Amino acid sequence: MGTLKEWIFTTDHKRVGVLYLIGSLAAFAVAGIMALLMRWELTTIGPTLTANPTTYNVWLYAHGAVMILGFQIPALTGFFANYCIPLMIGAKDVAFPRLNAFSVWLFYVGIILAILTFFIPDSPDIMWTAYPPYSTITSGNTALYTFTVLILGFASILGGVNFLTTVAYMRAPGMTWNKLNIFVWCTLAAFVLQLIFVPVLGTAVTLISFDKYLGTGFFDPAKGGDVLIYQNLFWFYSHPAVYVIFLPFIGVVYEIVATFARNRVFNYKMVVYGGIFGIVGLSGVVWVHHLYVTGMADWIRIGQMVTTLLISVPVGFTVIGLVGTLYKGSISFETPMLYALGVLFLFLIGGLTGIPLAITSLTLHLSDTYYVVGHFHYVMAVAGTFSIFGGVYYWFPKITGRMYSEAIGKLGFWITFAGTNIVFWIMMDIGVKGMPRRYYDYAHFPQFENAHQWMTGGAALIGLGFALAVLNWIVGAIRGAKAPDNPWGSQSLEWSTQTPPPPGNWKDVPTIREEWDPYAYARP
Amino acid sequence: MRNRPIVAAAFAAMASAAHAADVIRDPAAGWDYLWYEVLVDISILGIAFALITAFFVIRYRRRAENEVGKAGRLTAAAAVGWTVIPMFVFMADDFFLAANGWQLWNTYRQPPANRIEIKLESGMYSWDYTYPNGVQTQNVLKVPAGKPVLLRMTSRDTIHSHFIPDFRVKEDSMPGRVTYLWFYPQKPGEHIVTCAEYCGIMHSYMIGKVVVVPEAEFTAWYEQEERKLAGGAGQPKKAGA
Repeated sequence: MGTLKEWIFTTDHKRVGVLYLIGSLAAFAVAGIMALLMRWELTTIGPTLTANPTTYNVWLYAHGAVMILGFQIPALTGFFANYCIPLMIGAKDVAFPRLNAFSVWLFYVGIILAILTFFIPDSPDIMWTAYPPYSTITSGNTALYTFTVLILGFASILGGVNFLTTVAYMRAPGMTWNKLNIFVWCTLAAFVLQLIFVPVLGTAVTLISFDKYLGTGFFDPAKGGDVLIYQNLFWFYSHPAVYVIFLPFIGVVYEIVATFARNRVFNYKMVVYGGIFGIVGLSGVVWVHHLYVTGMADWIRIGQMVTTLLISVPVGFTVIGLVGTLYKGSISFETPMLYALGVLFLFLIGGLTGIPLAITSLTLHLSDTYYVVGHFHYVMAVAGTFSIFGGVYYWFPKITGRMYSEAIGKLGFWITFAGTNIVFWIMMDIGVKGMPRRYYDYAHFPQFENAHQWMTGGAALIGLGFALAVLNWIVGAIRGAKAPDNPWGSQSLEWSTQTPPPPGNWKDVPTIREEWDPYAYARP
Repeated sequence: MRNRPIVAAAFAAMASAAHAADVIRDPAAGWDYLWYEVLVDISILGIAFALITAFFVIRYRRRAENEVGKAGRLTAAAAVGWTVIPMFVFMADDFFLAANGWQLWNTYRQPPANRIEIKLESGMYSWDYTYPNGVQTQNVLKVPAGKPVLLRMTSRDTIHSHFIPDFRVKEDSMPGRVTYLWFYPQKPGEHIVTCAEYCGIMHSYMIGKVVVVPEAEFTAWYEQEERKLAGGAGQPKKAGA
């Protein structure tokens, strides 16, 4: 296992990856507890758990900011990218191992800052979106938010530089671009988005702290500023950020589905050059759909309604590729595959319920209601988390050299799956009926109390299911049965080295044969 | 000759009926219709994908331990076909939905001419309305049935969003900008107004209501309030503004 010092100062991409995983799961636990506290508070009309709305608003801020910035993005582009990419392309490590180590340190600083939220007297209550003017007049600590975002963004940019270089220059001999795993393509695309858009977010959050602490007025109309500049900058990053999460998570699902169907990925070039490239191409011209009700000019609201709807084309390619991979497959249903099929189901609901939100006129009613919250939890939050959990289960034998309990794994999946659909289906339903989001209390909507109670029950199930999964990993890592090198019978390169992989990954750097590809199962 | 006035009257009636239908399209009714249409659309897509997936998952389940999938490489024609055909299907649906959405959008953004226009200033945590005659109310927007209502909105502090779920409409109000929304109350009744943009600690208590009353009752109230203002006999409901 190595000493603590060896882990802290490691430059091995696999250990860096595991450090990312541990940190992001800790963040997930914190942010998940915030969700449970909020659901508890909303069980009854009026104060339930706390009589102070600010306490609730801090939970809500922490839940959103930590889930996205501290859990999903680092787990997907930190853990999975680090652990899998060098193994999938047949490299000994990443291109810049020390930069890699530095970025995981920055990540830990970032999540420590994020968690400081609960230990300072003036916790931020500005939501993860931090819209001014509220974020510049609140007594909450906006600077903490700014620095958390900047540090985590710093880590992301270093990761982007590192992995683009790694894939471009460190592929094993014979590993052509068209033999790359779908996950590698997805992650590359996500890092391209990070490199382009993270600086814009950095600018936006820096300017709110300037406005608040240095007295500038970039977003203050009284000083000649404009409040909407912030929202444009923020969503110019934060919409692509949805794809920074979506692309790697669908990549993980592709790996799982191909392995458990033992089948060729359906129409690989459509998925890569149509789906993944198409998403990258459109990602920067749809942000205004987050500003449909802000009074932006009509021409841009209509224009970006069309671009937003067109996102269905590349996203449709990725879904068709996934469903097509099942065709003529040999499908087995171990825990990772259950999570992958779960993602397909959740993503189908989440993606399709996004279509009404793309339509400007329908959004005039739906915007900022529970419908939106239900939609993005289906499409991104829970689908992404299912993918992360499925992926950890999938590579668990490779990482730890041991097996987890299949029975507990499946039990945890079904509990979480049931809870998810209870919570977020009801959430969308009462959203259409008018329940606004970010409400500490709903005294004026007593007709929704029953629905809120069901959702609290469902949330408890989600928490229980995820806790079972994490316990399963901990027990499995300590006392699970020894895992063989390739327990799933996968063709993908990372399974061909020994378990767990040694430092340097390979005894001899693999040479890729002409007829090999990561999904070549059928004997021609 | 004798018929001419009758014909003319008939034309006039038709024209005015067409005109009336043209002028006041209720955005809320349009919303309900488009929502239903989109729900049917996405349900068909969702059920089709779900059924195909379920069929594959059952049909192609593993039957022997060393079995592998049998999918071959697609021919170039098949690969292109499987890309281009879904692309056109999705794009056709996208443009169909965009066209419908745009049409409804025009209804939402083009308020009828015979409207009553009311100013709204939002603040932490109230909705302050000013009528054309200077009458002011707080958190209660009294309007006559049968007349379109246009709100011109701004804010004195943070961003708020004036959301009337029953009329299927909201728009943000913010400092430094003037935004608008309109709705068409047709029957007397009360409708909740609620803040849909996180605006501060008491966000979830920023509640008001639209009170729709018969036109005669509205006119009586409106003129009475105006007299109070003019005569100084009473203060407007919102003191100090």
